[in-house]
Amino acid sequence: MTLLKTENLTKKFGSFKAVDEINIDVKKGEVYGFIGPNGAGKSTTIRVLLGMLKATGGHASIFGKDVWRDAVDIHKRIAYVPGDVNLWPNLTGGEVIDLFMKLHGGAMNKQKRKELIQKFNFDPSKKCRTYSKGNRQKVSLIAAFASDADLYILDEPTSGLDPLMERTFQECVMKASSEGKSILLSSHILSEVERLCDRVGIIRDGHMIESGTLDELRHLTRTNLKVETKQNVNDLEDMEGVHNVARHEKMLSLQVDTESLDKVIRHVSQFGVLKLESAPPTLEDLFMRHYEGAGGES
Amino acid sequence: MNQQSFANTRRLTVFMLRLDRWRILIWLAALAFFTLVVPIAFSDLYPDQQDRNTMAQTMENPAMTAMVGPGALEDYTLGAMTAHQMLLLTAVIAGLMNILLMNRHTRSDEEDGRQELIRSLPVGKLSNLNASFNVLSLVNLLLAIITGLGLYALGFESMGLSGSLLYGLILGVTGMFFAGVTALMAQITENARTAFGFSMALLLIAYLIRAIGDVSNEALSWASPLGWVSGAEVYGGNNWWTLLLLAGSTIILMVLAFYLNAIRDLDAGFLPSRPGQKHASRRLLSPFGLAFRLQRTGIISWAIAMFLVGVSYGSVMGDLESFFKSNEAVRQVFGREEDASFTMQFVSVLMFVMALIATLPAVMAVLKLYGEEKRGRLDQLLGRAVSRKRMLTGYLIIAVMNGAVMLSLAVSGLWLAGASVTEEPFEFGKIFGAGLAYYPATLVMIGLGVFLIGFAPKLSSLVWLYLFYSFVVLYFGNLFQFSDWVSKLSPFGYIPELPVEEMKWLPILLLTIMAIGLMIAGVFGYRKRDIQGE
Repeated sequence: MTLLKTENLTKKFGSFKAVDEINIDVKKGEVYGFIGPNGAGKSTTIRVLLGMLKATGGHASIFGKDVWRDAVDIHKRIAYVPGDVNLWPNLTGGEVIDLFMKLHGGAMNKQKRKELIQKFNFDPSKKCRTYSKGNRQKVSLIAAFASDADLYILDEPTSGLDPLMERTFQECVMKASSEGKSILLSSHILSEVERLCDRVGIIRDGHMIESGTLDELRHLTRTNLKVETKQNVNDLEDMEGVHNVARHEKMLSLQVDTESLDKVIRHVSQFGVLKLESAPPTLEDLFMRHYEGAGGES
Repeated sequence: MNQQSFANTRRLTVFMLRLDRWRILIWLAALAFFTLVVPIAFSDLYPDQQDRNTMAQTMENPAMTAMVGPGALEDYTLGAMTAHQMLLLTAVIAGLMNILLMNRHTRSDEEDGRQELIRSLPVGKLSNLNASFNVLSLVNLLLAIITGLGLYALGFESMGLSGSLLYGLILGVTGMFFAGVTALMAQITENARTAFGFSMALLLIAYLIRAIGDVSNEALSWASPLGWVSGAEVYGGNNWWTLLLLAGSTIILMVLAFYLNAIRDLDAGFLPSRPGQKHASRRLLSPFGLAFRLQRTGIISWAIAMFLVGVSYGSVMGDLESFFKSNEAVRQVFGREEDASFTMQFVSVLMFVMALIATLPAVMAVLKLYGEEKRGRLDQLLGRAVSRKRMLTGYLIIAVMNGAVMLSLAVSGLWLAGASVTEEPFEFGKIFGAGLAYYPATLVMIGLGVFLIGFAPKLSSLVWLYLFYSFVVLYFGNLFQFSDWVSKLSPFGYIPELPVEEMKWLPILLLTIMAIGLMIAGVFGYRKRDIQGE
C-alpha cells in the first residue's frame, strides 16, 4: 500500500525550478532514503509534502489525501523533524517537547517521552538558547518519536548528533519500521541511508536522477576489484567496462561494470590469480559517480 | 593582569567601530538633534520671561517633578527650562544607548560564539571588554562634545559655556556609567537577554528612586546616579563635583567588570543558572498559548508603560487653563474651538496620541507571526495538526485584546492622575469613552497587518509607515494647516474628537466593518500562500 506518492511534482520560485517533476512513492512499512547534495531540492520537496509550499505542478498525496488541501488531517498521522531545528530561546527543551506532542494531537504518551529523553541522554530543563545544534535536534527527534505517527518525515535529522546518538536514532528508525511505520529519510550521510533504507531516490538540481532498491542501484554500477597475479596482466586498460586501473607493485586495483564482470574475471584468471578481493560498490561510489557524471555534462 | 591580556585591543576597537559606524552615527545624530532643537523650540514658544514663568507654574506639581526632576522654577530662564525638562530624559536615553551597544559587544557576542572565534586568535582575554570600553568612551566623548558645544553655539544668553559643557559632559558620563553597569552585568549573567534585562532594571530603578526622592525626600535622590544628574543644576548652580561622583563610580564599575572578566571562563557567568521547567504548563500547549507566552514579557512591559504615559499626561492637567490662555503658540498646536475649554481640547489631542501609541504593541503582536516565520520556527508547528487559520487567529486575538487593554490602561492612567491634580475632574466615563472611540482605528491597523501577512508578508512593515503618516497628519495637522483629505487617508482621521466634538457612530461602525473585512481577507490569503523557510 502506498502511503506517500508524488507525481511529476514541481515547485518553481519565479523562473527557478527548485523541484522538477519528481516522483516518489513510499509504501507502508518502508524506509525510503532521499539523498542528494546540499541545495538539490530535498528540503523544498519535503516542505511541499508538508503543505508549507504550494506545488506549482504535478500532484502529491499522503494517505491518499492532498498534501496542500488536507494538510491538518495528514499532519495528525505524521511526525516531522526539520534539518535546522529553530526553537524559542526562552522556553525549555521539555516545554517545547510537550508543546510539539500536544499540537500533534492524540494522547500524550508520557512513558515514551521519558524513555526517549533517557535514551537520547537529554536534559529537558534547560532553556533552548543554551542547546547546541545536536541538542536542538534531540528536542525535535524526541517529540517526533514520542508521538504516534504512521509516517515519519525526517529531513537530515542527524547532522549535529554524535556517533552514539546517531546509533540511538537508527535504533528508533528501525523500531518504528519494525512496527510497520513508514519513514521518509532525507540525508547526505550515505552510510546511514545504506544501513536503514529499503529504497532510495537520488536527487540533483531538482531532478530525480536515480531511484530503486539499493541492489537495483548497485546493479547499475561498478564492482571494486583488487587482484594479485603471478604474471603481469596485460591489455586490461583497453577492455570494455574496465575503469580506474591502478598498480601498486604486484597489486592491481580496478573497477568493473557489472555486465563486464564475467569477461574481466576470465581474462585475469589466465595470469595466475594469487589473491582476489571484491567489494560491492558503496552508496558513496554510486553517488559520486552520478554526481561527477552529471557534473561532467555541465 | 599582564600585557598578554590586552593583546590586539586596538585592532578590535577599530573593528567594532567599523561594525557599528552607522548605528553610532544614528544614535549620536538623534540625541544631538533633540538636544539642540528643544531650546530653539522653547525660545519660539516662550519668548518672554512671563511665558516661561507661566510654564514654571504648570511644572510645579509632584507628578512633573517625579517625571523630569527638580528644576530652577523660581528663575526659569531658557537654559534652566531646557536643563529641567530635557537633561534627565536625555541622560536616560543615553544610558539606554550605552546598554544596547555594550551588551551587543560583550555578552551577545559571547553567547553567539563569536568571541570564541576571536579569542582563538592571538587576542587577549580582556581585549574584547577593553575594546568595547574604548568604543563607548569615544561615543560618549563625541556625545558630550557635540551636545555641549552645540548648545553653547546656539547663542542663547542663559546658556553659557560652562553650563553647556557641563550639560554635554553629564550626558556623556551618565552614558559611560551605564556602559559600566552593562559591562558588569555581562560578566555576572550568562546570556545577553538577562544582561540587558538587569541593566535596564537598574536604569529604571535609578529613575524611580530619584522620582520618589525628588517628590518626598531629597536625600533619597542622592542614592541614585540619575539624582546626581538633576543635582548638577546645569545652567544654575553648575555643580561640577557631581560629575566627579558619576565618573568615580563609573571607574569602579569598569574595574569590577575587568576583574570579573579576568577570573571567569568564557561563556560562564557568576549567577547559578537554575534549571527550568521539565514539563510545559497546560496554558502553553496551544498555538494561542505559545503566542501569548512568547509575548508575555513584552505585553506586561507595554502595559506598565502605557499606564505611565497616561499618568504623565494626566499630571499636567492642573494649571492648563491659565497656561493655554497665556500662550498663543501652544494654542495653535491644539487648534481653536471657541466654545470648548482648553483642557478639553488638550484631552482630545491626548486621546489621539495615546490611541496611536496603544496601537504600536497591538500591531507588533500580530506582526510577530511573520517574525516567527522568518526565523523558521513555524514549520514545526504547522507540520503538526495545526491549521494556518488557527495559527493566525491565535496571534490576531492577542493583538485585538492587546489594543483594547493598552488603550484602557492609558486612559485610566490619564483619568487617575488628572483627577488627583484638578479640582473638578472629568467623569471617568467621559474620558474612557473618548479614548475607546479610537479603538476601531486600532482595529483597522491590526487588520491591515493581518492582510499584509496574508498576501504580501514582505511588505508587512508598511503598517509602521502608515501609522507614522497618521501621526504626522493628525498631530501636526492644525499647525501646518493640511487640507482635510490628507487626514482622511488615515483611519484615525474619521474618529470624532471627543470630548470636544459630538459622538458619531457611523464612521466607528464603518471602520469596524473594514477592519473585520481586512482580517477575514488576511486569513484567506494566509491559507493560500507559501510559508517561507529560514
